[in-house]
Amino acid sequence: MRRKKSSIVWIQGITCNGDSHSFYNYESMKSFSKDFEMLYHPLLLLKKSFQEIIEGEDAFDFLIIEGALSKDKSIIERFGYGMEDIVDALSKRAKHIICAGSCACYGGVFRLRDEKSIFGLLFSGKQKGGYWKDSSNVINLSGCPVHPSWIVDTLYALKENKKVITDEFLRPKEIYAYLAHHGCIRNEYFEWKVDCKGFGHKEGCLFYEQGCLGPMTHANCNKILWNNVSSKTRVGSPCVGCTEFDFPRKSLYETQTNMSLPQAPVGISKRAYYALAGVAKGFKIERLEKRLMDEDN
Amino acid sequence: MDKKRKKTENILESALLLFAKKGFYATTIPDIAKYMGMSAGNLYNYFPSKENLAKEVIKYSSDILGERIRKVNDLDCSTKEKIDKIVYSYFEMATQKPQHIDYFLRVYLSNKEVFKDGCEGMLCVSSFVTEMMIFFEDGVARGELRNQDFFSAFGLFMGYLGGFVFLNGEGVLQKSLLEYADEIATNIYYALKSNA
Repeated sequence: MRRKKSSIVWIQGITCNGDSHSFYNYESMKSFSKDFEMLYHPLLLLKKSFQEIIEGEDAFDFLIIEGALSKDKSIIERFGYGMEDIVDALSKRAKHIICAGSCACYGGVFRLRDEKSIFGLLFSGKQKGGYWKDSSNVINLSGCPVHPSWIVDTLYALKENKKVITDEFLRPKEIYAYLAHHGCIRNEYFEWKVDCKGFGHKEGCLFYEQGCLGPMTHANCNKILWNNVSSKTRVGSPCVGCTEFDFPRKSLYETQTNMSLPQAPVGISKRAYYALAGVAKGFKIERLEKRLMDEDN
Repeated sequence: MDKKRKKTENILESALLLFAKKGFYATTIPDIAKYMGMSAGNLYNYFPSKENLAKEVIKYSSDILGERIRKVNDLDCSTKEKIDKIVYSYFEMATQKPQHIDYFLRVYLSNKEVFKDGCEGMLCVSSFVTEMMIFFEDGVARGELRNQDFFSAFGLFMGYLGGFVFLNGEGVLQKSLLEYADEIATNIYYALKSNA
C-alpha cells in the first residue's frame, strides 16, 4: 500500500525559471510523483489556479520558493498580489518551507540590482535577515540552479521525519558539507599545481587561471553528478561557486589573485596553502604536463 | 632543546659559516669536524654526506630568515612599515650573521648542481618564500601594493636586498648596510605601492 502523498506548492519570486527547469529534469520523476503531489507550480497547468491556492485555507506539506523576494510591489507581483500577500499567506499553511536556488536563499543575481529591496527569504547575501528576519521551518537549497536531487532528497528526508542537519546558511549538511572539489577528477593536477590552459581540456586544474571555485564551494556536484553523468569541472569548465552567498562574483572565469597568489581553499590557512603550493609548483611532473591521450606515443 | 638537536644545530651553524666563507667545494667534512672539535666519523652520524649537510643548511637558514619575516607579517601595521622592518631585519642579519646571506648567494645559488636533487624549486627555501608570499598577498589585499606577478615583485624586493648585501661584501659601499635601510625600504615601497 502506498503512503499518502505529500503536497507541494511551488511559487516564484524574481526568477529565471532555472530551478524549475532543473527540478523537472529529475531522472526519476515518475517514482517521485507517486509520493508527492504538486498542488501548484507556475509552469504547470494544475487543478487549482494561483488565486484559488492563495485564497484557500487548506494546509499542505511543502512550500517551495524559487527566486529572490521583494516587499516592493513595483519590483515583483503575481496576478496583482505582492510577495507579502503570497508568502505570508502560504507560509502559514505550510509544514516546511524550502528555498530552491541561490536567489531564494540569498537574493542571488537579482539582489545585485538593489540590495536594499531584493533579498533571499532569510538571508541577504551573507547577512542573516532577508525577506524575514528568521523562521524555524526553512531549509535553504542553494545553487544556480539547485540540483534536482537536492530537492528530492530533502523532501523525502522531511517527509520521513528524518532530522535534517543544516549548516550556518540552513543548508543540509548531507549535501553542503562537501565541496565541489571533492570528487573532481582533476585533483591530481590541483595537488601538483598544473594549470588548465583553456576550457574543455581534459588536462589541468581550473583553479589557477580559469576561476574555478571548487575548493571553496559547498556542494556535492562531483559526488552525485549532474544528470547522473558529469559536472562542470569534469568537462573542463570551472565551478562558478553558485551555491555560495556571494554568487555571482565578478569575472567568473578568471582566478582572482593577489600577486598571482590565489585565495586559499576553504578552512586552510594561507601559510599552509602557500607553503605546500609553492613546493608542489617547484616540481615539474612530466606525466602531468603531457596530454592524457598523447597522439605521439 | 635535547642534546642531539643542540649538536645538530651547532653542526649546521659551523657548516654554514665555513661553506659561506670558503665555498662548498673547498670545504670538507673533516674541516667542519675539526672546526667543531669533533671527529669526522662522528659528524657522519648526524649528516650522511656533505651534499646532505649543504641541503639541511639552506633549510636551516631559510627557517631563520622566514621566522624573522613571519614576525613582521604578524604585526598589525601598514605595508610600508612592514617593508621597513623586513629590510632592516635582512640587513641586520647580513651585518651580524653575514654567513646566512653569503651562503644563499655564494653557495645555494652558485652551486645548483649540489641542490638539484632534494631542493627542487622552492623545496628548501619554502619557509622563507612562503612568508614573502604572505607579505605580498596581504599588501595587495589591503590595497597598499599593486597587484602583479609574484616573481616580478619578489625579484625586485629580494634581488635589490641581495645585490646590496653583495656590494657590501665587496667593500664598495660608503656607509654601513643599516644606514641604507630607510632609503632602500622607501625605494622598494615606491616601486611596489598601489597606484590607487
